[in-house]
Amino acid sequence: MTTVEPIDAINYPAARGGCPFAPPPAYQEALEQRPVTPVSLWDGSRAWLVTRHEDVRSVMGDRRFSADARHPGFPFLSDGRRELAAQNPSFIRMDDPEHARFRRMLTGDFIIKRVEALRPEIQRIVDDFLDRMTAHHPPADLVAEFALPVPSLVICRLLGVPYQDHDYFQERSRILLHNHSTTEQVRQARDELALYVMELADRKEWEPDDRIISRLVARGDLTREQVATMSLLLLVAGHETTANMTALSTLALLRDPVQLARLREDPTLIKGAVEEMLRFLSIVQTGTVRVAVETAEIGGTTIEPGEGVVCMLSTANRDGAVFAAPDELDLGRDARRHVAFGFGVHQCLGQPLARLELQIALETLIRRLPELRLAVPVEELRFRTDTVVYGVEELPVAW
Amino acid sequence: MRVSVDPDRCCSSGQCVMAVPEVFDQSEDDGVVLLIQARPPAELQSAVRTAAGICPGRAISVQE
Ligand code: HEM
Repeated sequence: MTTVEPIDAINYPAARGGCPFAPPPAYQEALEQRPVTPVSLWDGSRAWLVTRHEDVRSVMGDRRFSADARHPGFPFLSDGRRELAAQNPSFIRMDDPEHARFRRMLTGDFIIKRVEALRPEIQRIVDDFLDRMTAHHPPADLVAEFALPVPSLVICRLLGVPYQDHDYFQERSRILLHNHSTTEQVRQARDELALYVMELADRKEWEPDDRIISRLVARGDLTREQVATMSLLLLVAGHETTANMTALSTLALLRDPVQLARLREDPTLIKGAVEEMLRFLSIVQTGTVRVAVETAEIGGTTIEPGEGVVCMLSTANRDGAVFAAPDELDLGRDARRHVAFGFGVHQCLGQPLARLELQIALETLIRRLPELRLAVPVEELRFRTDTVVYGVEELPVAW
Repeated sequence: MRVSVDPDRCCSSGQCVMAVPEVFDQSEDDGVVLLIQARPPAELQSAVRTAAGICPGRAISVQE
């Protein structure tokens, strides 16, 4: 390894720059100049920021890096997130073999064939919300009327959660994902959500159905708390992510008329286009976090046990060593090597569903609304910078 | 080309099935990879290499 210039740790999370789609300039600089960089967290503690595609895949695929937040040194984004990790962690915060045991209870529900079989139902849901949105005069907020309700209704159906309760758990899951939520807020939101799902699980005991929560209850080898934790992970991960991807992808297309025209002319591009959007937007803006449990060398830097690591998915997805002209949105490129869903054993469980929802939602939106446009100047949009999942707060559109 | 899979490393991401459905399938129970053919014909080989490259569990090995 070459000599290391002593440099100051950059702050994590760092502020975004002028382009709403680009990662924070400080992370981009790290990718170019010092791909494994010390960062300073909110409480002054340190961690390593890993920015290159190859290094991110190495960390995420290596058992010497643990996802278990009960290990000392695990990097937390906030006090609230520390609180969340301390009790009843879900399998996203466990290591194998414990992690695999729980994950494999759900993988059968997310195989390609089974998800593909949902296509007609998801298409109906998409058409239905679009009908409702266009039944009134423009403008409409695409987030509230389309991008959020579609994945929310889909995940509710899969889990067997009554959709009419969506306001209740959407409000609380927002608190869980917000960087500035206090410990008390997080604790309360988490407890209320857990209670909600546990009551639901109790009802499934007497009125079983063929949906996920009911089947987890029927297994008989899980406690109520375990059923609730797994269900909540799916509920929270299942709608915030896809919702923000839908709205932000729409904005990216509206800001890039050449790419939008290309997709309109050739709708068969949609699958690849969604991969490219996932790469380009990399909405899990905090990256993924791990802690070293053994000494490991990553990109020439030695990481010691107890040191935290932040894998920056957005910079890995703009690593010029893997993607040519990485800062360009190019719907025709093969972007499948992106790490927007993570990498390794924790790679997104819901990815086949997210892909299908995004393909159907975006294809239908641009096909049915050929005049779709922003209803406000782009400068007036408010972006969701202080949360785990990046997005736009509202997206007023006309058609 | 000879393909082999390690079910213990499989994370059921489904990416191999999307890349080459002629070569990879998933178990209905837990989504774990099933190999349909270990010696894919020439026209599928580049897609198989892609599948091996994106597999999050590095569960696919390819011998040329
Ligand atoms: C575009 C949409 C989505 C994105 C960008 C996304 C991203 C991610 C990422 C980066 C991880 C890895 C976290 C880590 O390694 O620490 C992950 C894990 C996970 N995601 Fe997603 N996700 C999306 C949609 C979904 C959906 C729709 C569901 C549920 C139906 C879901 C359920 C999960 C679960 C359960 C995990 C934990 C997997 C494990 O630990 O084994 N995600 N997701």
